[in-house]
Amino acid sequence: MPLEIYLDLLSQPCRSVYIFAKKNNIPFEFKKILLFKGEQYGEEFGKVNYFRKVPVIKDGDFTLSESIAILTYLAEKYGTPDHWYPADLQTRARVDEYLSWQHSGMRGIAGKILWLKLMIPKAFGIDVPKEKMDSAMEDLEEALTAFEEKFLQDKPFIAGQKISLADLVAIVEIMQPLGVGVNVFEVRPKLRAWKDRVRAEIGPALFDEAHQMIFNVEEVAKSTDPSAKEIFKPKIKKLFL
Amino acid sequence: MNMAAKKALEVYLDMLSQPCRAVHIFLNHNKIPHTVKTVALRKGENRTAEFTKLNPMQKVPVMVDNGFVLTESDAILKYLATNYHVPEHWYPRQSERRAKVDEYTAWHHNYIRPHAAKVFIMEVLVPRMTRQPVEQPKLQRALEQLGDTLDKLEGMFLKRQPFLCGDDISLADLLAVCEIMQPLGGGRDILKGRRKLESWRSRVISALQGSFEEGHQILYQLRDKTTSKL
Repeated sequence: MPLEIYLDLLSQPCRSVYIFAKKNNIPFEFKKILLFKGEQYGEEFGKVNYFRKVPVIKDGDFTLSESIAILTYLAEKYGTPDHWYPADLQTRARVDEYLSWQHSGMRGIAGKILWLKLMIPKAFGIDVPKEKMDSAMEDLEEALTAFEEKFLQDKPFIAGQKISLADLVAIVEIMQPLGVGVNVFEVRPKLRAWKDRVRAEIGPALFDEAHQMIFNVEEVAKSTDPSAKEIFKPKIKKLFL
Repeated sequence: MNMAAKKALEVYLDMLSQPCRAVHIFLNHNKIPHTVKTVALRKGENRTAEFTKLNPMQKVPVMVDNGFVLTESDAILKYLATNYHVPEHWYPRQSERRAKVDEYTAWHHNYIRPHAAKVFIMEVLVPRMTRQPVEQPKLQRALEQLGDTLDKLEGMFLKRQPFLCGDDISLADLLAVCEIMQPLGGGRDILKGRRKLESWRSRVISALQGSFEEGHQILYQLRDKTTSKL
């Protein structure tokens, strides 16, 4: 039975898993789950993943959620080039350090901009107060500064000379606001240079293809399933507003 | 004991911090020689120029192993487990078993860690700082959220296993238990009435023996101080 990967490319952690699998020619069956159509609430998907979240993989009888765990599992299982998740203990620790910090330090902070600026008003018709938007932008600035000063510094990549899972997980988050015209790279040349390096290493075609969804967000917003809307509305209010 | 080895590994800790306790307990339980440097967060010792140079994020724990500086308790524990050749069950080498521990440590960040901490912060830290009574509606919402998270802990991870990721204790259980203990500082046992999780906690404490008790002394002292005021 082939490896099954459940993904919605609008989701940042799904993109990192998708890019990693494609880049490393890992054979898999792409199981599309459209979050905005509420497909994660379907009965079948509930059997795959208790949490009803993506990404999730099913490798025979083995099911695994959490993009970080999936990435390191795939790197190990498919023997991908060392630089992705280095065997050298200290270099690996540097990668783990970013992968840990980003859960609260970056994840969602960049993505929130897309939600507040577009998804919430357009897909759900809820008004977003200006303070929420301003506060989210401030959080983003703080996260990007921390990223540049602590994790990137003057190195080409987070772990040093070569790209690793840390850069992959970082880039898919940092790209997210571009979907609503917030160009985080405009005033941050170091960040832009890093992004260009990451894109070159991944391969421009794959990188651009994986990120296509965020430039189609408005379409996704318009096509949101009405019943899914009702499930989402209270969650969104709680999470973002 | 090799004194050079002991000084070579340093950890900067505040024992009121959950991830710091996890690191401390792990080092002691596995008898890894190390030096503890205390950083009292409540005294702002994490904001000194010296500490900021070590960790610009001004957070604990920080590990320095022969000059190699590492932050983030997940990364520190995984590094220590590998570098110091501890029993394999802490961080299994087999891909699927390891992936399950990684799955937990990832999920932990957005669920157990913030939701348990929030209850402690609202019941103990905020009232202490503001000298105002606890904001009950906010606390109730935080408790509800924590309740959901504990349901998930039990339903998704523990299930019918003795420990969160299988038959043996791992880094997952250590990180989880330290967070779950935290609200005890305010006299609240968040597992009360949850028999499966209570049994799990007993198994974890049993597996860790003395190092668990020693690691939680400061939290127990805080509990005694807080509850004596009630």
